[in-house]
Amino acid sequence: MATLEIKNLHVSVITDQGNKQILKGIDLTIRSGEIHAIMGPNGSGKSTLAYSIAGHPKYEVTEGEILLDGEDVLEMSVDERARAGLFLAMQYPVEVPGVSVSNFLRTAKTAISGEAPKLREWVGDLKTAMSNLRMDSDFTERNVNEGFSGGEKKRHEILQLELLKPKIAVLDETDSGLDVDALRIVSEGVNRAHKDNNLGVVLITHYTRILNYIKPDYVHVFVNGKLAEQGGAELAERLENEGYDRYLKASA
Amino acid sequence: MSQHGATAHSHGVPIQTRSERPKSTSISDFPEIQKTEEIWRYVPLEKLRGLDAEVIGEIKEEEIEVKLSDSITSRWIDSSSQLVGSAGIPEDRVSAVAWTNASKTLVIDVPANNESSEPQLIRVSPNSTDAKALHILITLGNHSKATMVLDHTGVGTLGENVEIVLGDGAELNFVTLQEWSVGSTHVSTQFAKLGRSSRLKHIVVSMGGDLVRVVPAVKLDSPGAEVNMFGVYLADTGNYFEHRPYVDHIAENCVSNVAYKGALKGAGAHTVWVGDVLIRESAVGTDTYELNRNLLLVDGARADSVPNLEIETGKIAGAGHASASGRFDDLQLFYLMARGIDEGTAKQLVVRGFLNEIIQKIEIPDVEQRLIGAIEAELEGVGN
Repeated sequence: MATLEIKNLHVSVITDQGNKQILKGIDLTIRSGEIHAIMGPNGSGKSTLAYSIAGHPKYEVTEGEILLDGEDVLEMSVDERARAGLFLAMQYPVEVPGVSVSNFLRTAKTAISGEAPKLREWVGDLKTAMSNLRMDSDFTERNVNEGFSGGEKKRHEILQLELLKPKIAVLDETDSGLDVDALRIVSEGVNRAHKDNNLGVVLITHYTRILNYIKPDYVHVFVNGKLAEQGGAELAERLENEGYDRYLKASA
Repeated sequence: MSQHGATAHSHGVPIQTRSERPKSTSISDFPEIQKTEEIWRYVPLEKLRGLDAEVIGEIKEEEIEVKLSDSITSRWIDSSSQLVGSAGIPEDRVSAVAWTNASKTLVIDVPANNESSEPQLIRVSPNSTDAKALHILITLGNHSKATMVLDHTGVGTLGENVEIVLGDGAELNFVTLQEWSVGSTHVSTQFAKLGRSSRLKHIVVSMGGDLVRVVPAVKLDSPGAEVNMFGVYLADTGNYFEHRPYVDHIAENCVSNVAYKGALKGAGAHTVWVGDVLIRESAVGTDTYELNRNLLLVDGARADSVPNLEIETGKIAGAGHASASGRFDDLQLFYLMARGIDEGTAKQLVVRGFLNEIIQKIEIPDVEQRLIGAIEAELEGVGN
């Protein structure tokens, strides 16, 4: 059982033109096994929350706390956060030329578990996970994210989610740029990780489409760096029908 | 081409085009080296250690190990032979000094139609740090195929000229390794002349040496020839590496592709890459691309990168160049670290990946493995 607590979180993004405040006091608690959808219009701070949890150097926490099972996440380096059990599926996965997927995954798995995985077991797990995500076996010989299509990049993120078995995962617009088939395959992967590992999920999305495949327990609406509304799955249905206009008018 | 061409040029006028550089085997045709000359502007001249003097010593047979397949022969000939100079003649003083002071030339002959996949080895290990000259001539007969490794190890001060002559349809995979220990200086000028439809893969690997300068010059004067020139280097504190590949497109329908990648891992490390490609008016149908990328791992390292492309005809298939030097990509590091990989390991992965693109072109398993091992050892501790 793991708990990620976000308390009164204020975050600024560091740009060449100076710092710009994005998050203005966010409170959220995510427990193992729970699925939280975070929705909101563009620029509301959804991705900023994702990057702040992972420790991206461009984002500065100016106030508030992030705790994982009571441990201060903000004191941890990026790799320490991952080893503590946090995972970020990125909206824009980065190309790493010359590093094969196979080498990358094995290095990451070794880092997370603290020891190299047993070869036979690892090869089996990898094969199963890839076949579940309908990925060709020669995929592992390619360089990380290099020349990947949008769908391949997202599947590769979910492949890592399934293999690295984190406690809490933040999925940053994993649904963007996916066709219906890819969306279904990727969602199945998230549901598997949720069921098999009792994963806690923070699902960041602009659209309700992915919520047809991944059923949220809670829905939070971000507007202008603050939580505008919270509710259950029914809130998502309302957003599907009404959009974000209501909140934008209120905040304007 | 005559053995002793005269300097073609008037005095005091800066050399504008690559083809108009003076060529001569005679030292007196080249002035004393000065920083004001473009070709020497970056070089730390105090590290030349006498390679520009009129008289230097000569590498002896016992300082060279040659391991060849049975069908391939080696012999020493007098450097006054007509064979010497068949691929090109010096364009700078250090090359002329090495030319003049090497009284003997080591000739490696691959007979026509001979095909071997085994790497042929020439290993140069000087037995003292005295400035010495060496001349090597490699010839491949028509339609022959060979792989050759020219390895430089130990401590030495070497002025070297290497000539490579490929017959029609011949194919050579040639690797020159600079694995010098601290205290070494090496200036190598490598001339290649390619026969009709022949193919040369020329790979430069520089890993050690106080001053290493390699100038591979490839003349494409027979139609349909193809050259791939690759380079990989890892420079630490105390290393100065300079690579100046030159491709001279003279004949029609030739292809050249130049790609050098280097990493600089120690403060004070300095690398220079100057890539010259000349497409002459006669070189219709040329296809060429040159690239240099440098990755700076620390503050206080310097990478100079200058691509030069001269085009004298519009009737070409393609011509391009790219050059970039940069630090670690923060986003790459973030991505790897977000998967639990510590900073040091992440940096190693990125550097190895960066250099690997070139290393895998070598296609000689022994050399690749040795290189990967050396790079891993060198990168221990980077980023910590």
